[in-house]
Amino acid sequence: MSLIDLANPTRFLALSARVLPWLAAATVVLLAIGLYQTALAPDDYQQGATVKIMFIHVPNAWLSMFVWGVMSMASLGTLVWRHPLADVAAKAAAPIGAAFTFLALLTGSLWGRPMWGTYWEWDARLTSVLILFLMYLGLMALWRAVEDPSRAARAAAVLTLVGALNLPIIKFSVDWWNTLHQPASVMRMGGSTLDKSFLIPLLVMAVAFTLLFVTLHLAAMRNEILRRRVRSLQMMQASRVAFSSEVGTGSHQENASKGAA
Amino acid sequence: MTALSALIRRDIRIALRVGGGALIGVLFFLTVVVLMPFAVGPDLALLSRLGPAILWLGALLASLLTLDRLFMADHEDGSLDLITMSRTPLELACAAKALAHWLAAGLPLIVATPVLGLLLNLDMVATGAVALTLLAGTPALTFTGMIGAALAVTLHRGGLLMAVLVLPLSIPVLIFGVAASQAVIVGPMTFGAPFSILCALSLVSLVIGPFAAAASLKHGLD
Repeated sequence: MSLIDLANPTRFLALSARVLPWLAAATVVLLAIGLYQTALAPDDYQQGATVKIMFIHVPNAWLSMFVWGVMSMASLGTLVWRHPLADVAAKAAAPIGAAFTFLALLTGSLWGRPMWGTYWEWDARLTSVLILFLMYLGLMALWRAVEDPSRAARAAAVLTLVGALNLPIIKFSVDWWNTLHQPASVMRMGGSTLDKSFLIPLLVMAVAFTLLFVTLHLAAMRNEILRRRVRSLQMMQASRVAFSSEVGTGSHQENASKGAA
Repeated sequence: MTALSALIRRDIRIALRVGGGALIGVLFFLTVVVLMPFAVGPDLALLSRLGPAILWLGALLASLLTLDRLFMADHEDGSLDLITMSRTPLELACAAKALAHWLAAGLPLIVATPVLGLLLNLDMVATGAVALTLLAGTPALTFTGMIGAALAVTLHRGGLLMAVLVLPLSIPVLIFGVAASQAVIVGPMTFGAPFSILCALSLVSLVIGPFAAAASLKHGLD
């Protein structure tokens, strides 16, 4: 089973219909485990109970970048291999990624209020994530502005790949600039600095949110394929109506001229 | 090489003649800067503090607004099809067009900066710093904006959509351009660090811009 076998949308629909319930169930189970462990996790000696915002904030922030990565891979698929499902994947991922980015910004500002004393601070990490959010919105606007999906797909693919330059800037912004946002503590050279009682629930939540994204993404891709089928059926119907009315008036005129003769 | 220099010379000539939009950009720049004192009040101390930011914002908007004609006019009269079909690599042709656009529409903005600096109560050093950062930063604006111009011509959509797509990409240029000019005026940072990042941004966009614009033209025009 290679990627090219999925190029047939019907086969993709059949496969994803079989996989989706299992994915959804796994997501629910992992989310339940993660939330339970989060509730059991001890309070931080400095931050108190607000440290639990981390278990929601960090997975959302990871996914905001991960989804743009997925869209960049899909864009390569559109531009290089003209894979028919690549632009469906890119289009379906954009609103989901925008939602994760928005949640990361929202939970971050709710966490920042008690810890930093401010909802918003123009530091490098926050600004670069805000730019990412704006680019998600721009990309969604681009998809909505153009009627022909394949034309929109190629334009969006170029823009997605250009926007991918922002990802390393977000990742390393906390190391390059002296920011209010804390530096990387989980994925860093020399191992994580997080205690095990925090690290394990965080990783469970991260996997659960990733599964949530995969589930939502597959469902959104199925919707997009069906929406495109409806669109092409409507276009066929419209052209058939136009054609038959044309033919109808033509024969009508013919009859009229016959009658006159 | 001759083809590219011919392309540059042709684009500059078209931009400077009647119907070309090069000098309208400067007029727009002037208008935006003149509008600012009406918005924030004629307080000279405040204006000299906001001066670099106002000049940078005006230059950003002026270069953005002139950009959507970069490929559109050539698309309308058919010469864009000839450029894409010619033996010159499309990436180089895009770079040449952007360079011509910067020479015709970007350089006049920098020349106008000292005059506008007087209106905003900037002293010699501050005006020089803003002009220098604009000289280093506006190529980045032109070359990233070119991606938006190429998308605009392939999608037959210009205006607001392109502004929404291109403006987030120009935020870093604005940040480091204003930071470098502020460093000269008020300190405490050194001028060198933000200015080198600004130059780096220009160099990166010099590489990325032509390739992305050529890709969207190649895939979009059919």
